[in-house]
Amino acid sequence: MIRFDDVTFTYPGATSPVLKRVDLQIEEGELCLVVGPTGSGKTTLLQLVDGLAPHFTGGLLQGAVTVAGRDTRDNPPRELAEIVGVVTQNPVAGFVTDTVDEELAYGMEQLAVPGAVMRKRVEEVVDLLGLGSLRGRPLIALSAGEQQRVAIGAVLTSHPRVLVLDEPTSALDPPAAEEVLAAITRLVDDIGITVILAEHRLERVAQYADSTIRIGADGSATHGPTRGQLSSSRLAPPVVELGSLMGWDPLPLSVRDARRLAAPLRRRLQAVRTPEVPEPSHDILLRARGIAVKYGHTTALAATDTTLHAGEVVGLMGRNGAGKTSLLWALQGSGRRSGGTVSIQVPAQAIASRRRSAKELSRCDGPVAIDPAALRPDLVRQFIALVPQNPADLLYRETVEAECADSDQLTASVPGTTAAILQELTPGIPPSRHPRDLSEGQCLALVLAIQLAAAPRILLLDEPTRGLDYESKRRLTRLIAAHATSGGCVLLSSHDVEFVAGVADRVIVLASGEAIVDGPAIAVLTASPSFSPQVAKVLHPLPLLTVEAVRRALKGEE
Amino acid sequence: MTQPVPAEIATPRQLHPVAWWVWALGLAVATTRTENPMLTALIVAAVMTVVFLCRDDSPWARAFVGYLVLGVVIIAIRVVFYVLVGVKTGGPTLLAIPRITLPEWTGSLTLLGPVSISGIVAAAASGFQLAALIVCVGAANALANPKRVLRSLPTSLHQLGTAVVIAVTLAPQLVGSWLRVRRARVLRGRRFRGFATVLSTAMPVLQDALDQALALAASMDSRGYARVRPGRSGRAMLPLMLAALLAMALGTYSMLDASIPLPWGVVAIVVAAAAAAAGSIVASRQLQHTRYRPDRWRIQESLVAGAGIVVAVFVSVLDAAGSSVTWLVWTLCSLIALIPAVLVPWHTR
Repeated sequence: MIRFDDVTFTYPGATSPVLKRVDLQIEEGELCLVVGPTGSGKTTLLQLVDGLAPHFTGGLLQGAVTVAGRDTRDNPPRELAEIVGVVTQNPVAGFVTDTVDEELAYGMEQLAVPGAVMRKRVEEVVDLLGLGSLRGRPLIALSAGEQQRVAIGAVLTSHPRVLVLDEPTSALDPPAAEEVLAAITRLVDDIGITVILAEHRLERVAQYADSTIRIGADGSATHGPTRGQLSSSRLAPPVVELGSLMGWDPLPLSVRDARRLAAPLRRRLQAVRTPEVPEPSHDILLRARGIAVKYGHTTALAATDTTLHAGEVVGLMGRNGAGKTSLLWALQGSGRRSGGTVSIQVPAQAIASRRRSAKELSRCDGPVAIDPAALRPDLVRQFIALVPQNPADLLYRETVEAECADSDQLTASVPGTTAAILQELTPGIPPSRHPRDLSEGQCLALVLAIQLAAAPRILLLDEPTRGLDYESKRRLTRLIAAHATSGGCVLLSSHDVEFVAGVADRVIVLASGEAIVDGPAIAVLTASPSFSPQVAKVLHPLPLLTVEAVRRALKGEE
Repeated sequence: MTQPVPAEIATPRQLHPVAWWVWALGLAVATTRTENPMLTALIVAAVMTVVFLCRDDSPWARAFVGYLVLGVVIIAIRVVFYVLVGVKTGGPTLLAIPRITLPEWTGSLTLLGPVSISGIVAAAASGFQLAALIVCVGAANALANPKRVLRSLPTSLHQLGTAVVIAVTLAPQLVGSWLRVRRARVLRGRRFRGFATVLSTAMPVLQDALDQALALAASMDSRGYARVRPGRSGRAMLPLMLAALLAMALGTYSMLDASIPLPWGVVAIVVAAAAAAAGSIVASRQLQHTRYRPDRWRIQESLVAGAGIVVAVFVSVLDAAGSSVTWLVWTLCSLIALIPAVLVPWHTR
């Protein structure tokens, strides 16, 4: 169905090709997964399939890409539209119309499908993807998962034979991601569509993939059965890692396979008890009581209490629109807050000289409790830092170097402080690079370095793992742990269950604006299947969340 | 088998947007053709009645109040200008304000002066005429989704229509990313002042807009936008369009120049229109495109559009004949203008 014949692709102005001598063939009805580190050319590979590269992106294509017998060299994307359907990372950016029905029909209108056929196909796709309740609604009013399903539906109406998906679940909470993946696997099973998809969170898709293309950092690519490809890779979901650790054969790809193989392991680890949850430190850094956030008539957050202790990493979970972002912004002080109080501990002298009530404050020596919303923004960030969902919003200079220098100047720190933190987080970012040209991981690292330059003790992170590969996530995990051990605390919102399992001590689950659970990570993450990591599912009911924990438990046993 | 969603319930039947526009523009023509404020007032009342009965709950429908406010503001401005700089003719004086004659270099402009009742009424009436025009256009906008109007464009203008839809959608997106970036800036604790604020926020916002535009273009390209029908060439389109432009320029020139006989100008403009139409047909042949659930033109549409045209023609003919407008005419016009309220189902909220 899709053939790459000795394909080398070089972007204009680049010194080395992003893909080098790629030779592969994807059969009809295959679900093919594309994996590789961030910036390795996954998106380029997908764009080569639908002709966007090089017709839209520019660049030099050597070799030939054929889709259903058509050479993409001679067929621009619009001519391939009836064969290849594309859903991009951010479906909202690709929406052309403004209501669900019109969006579903848009592709067919361009292909001049007769009116009666269009009506029929829209009905079919609505049934297939369960979009009935969304009909006629404005696209911007939908949740992220619904938007993603509409975007898939909108390309399916053109009856493509190949579906290209670029990180279809990256913005979705676990249940919504499952919904989208169920729809995709159903398409493969029911109508034999060929699917090629790129994804960072392999734990979500590996079990469905017939084959996997692995792209190396040097641009080489190998294609083979998923099991073999993942077993020899550093990029592997926890269930595969667990399988390799235990030497299981065949290597399990799904929780079901692993669970069937894990019976002896569960017996062996029977003695593992829930680790004692250490008493939280008495050093309370932030106390929030009854936080409420209202936007007009909608309540984003209703009376939520939170306390953050020194040395603690707290994961904030919940479905899209549960109020996670609202809570983080309200705690930071610059977001909207309709009710409740937030207080952080601030050394008196730090604010004494800059506030009108200086006399009153200087009388006490110890820390003072103060509402961050009452402080000036440049003072707040010395105590509490927030990295928003789109970190690039914080950047405004032309080079990484200039951003670092600006940051040093703003925080009145020794020149080079920010650059040193950045070097520690992610080594090897060229200082002359434009911030917009950084990969997701590098951009996050730069913003983190800038925010950490002011040495705040409270760190708030909003969806920090979006677009990060396993290696970048590991680095972020180390950084967060280091921040906590040095006496700070971290509150991070995330959809990434595996990441939260690896880093958080405590987990808060929000549902429609209320904190429904607040407890030790080990208890919360083993309690419900939709917010539970793979290892916990495999070893249920044992209190183990990560492969690392299993490794430690086995060592302790010996 | 799941229950099929009845399509008519999913999207309630609405009147063809072009019918609304013809109706509203017809009434707008009528208001400009008469100088009788009573007739204008009756037409405006009819327009408002129809809008408040038939509009739905969409943002553009709610914007109608804005047009009404704009109309009132226009009348007020017109009256204020009359009092300030208007030419004061005789008549019963309402306010005896002294006249101020400005120095000669201003062209001996006179400020203020005695305000007469007839002057005020005349000023208000002329302001009202402009306000009525604006209310009519606002009504068309409130009753017909502007995006649906673009959907009814002929195939050759389809690409233009899509571009306009995208531009309309992009504006709120730009505002959204502007607010997001400004909010994020606070986190860095830096307070920009004056021009620096604009520079530091404009860059990411524009980059955002550019990224979004590129993503949208890629998505449209890969979904078949602007596919050219194989074997059709659009080569004839360029000369036709150039001819249309040239003829239009010549026609306009000869219409404005009194020394050139009028028929020449008319002929040139007719030629221009014909060439433009031919070019449009050539362009649409080249494109392959169909419409999902197009708005249908039925008897209701004809009646609504007809009501607007009848009122416009009626008032224009009476105006040209110079006959005095009687109460009978007023009633007739406003009743005809109200026809849509009977034909179109009222929107219940």
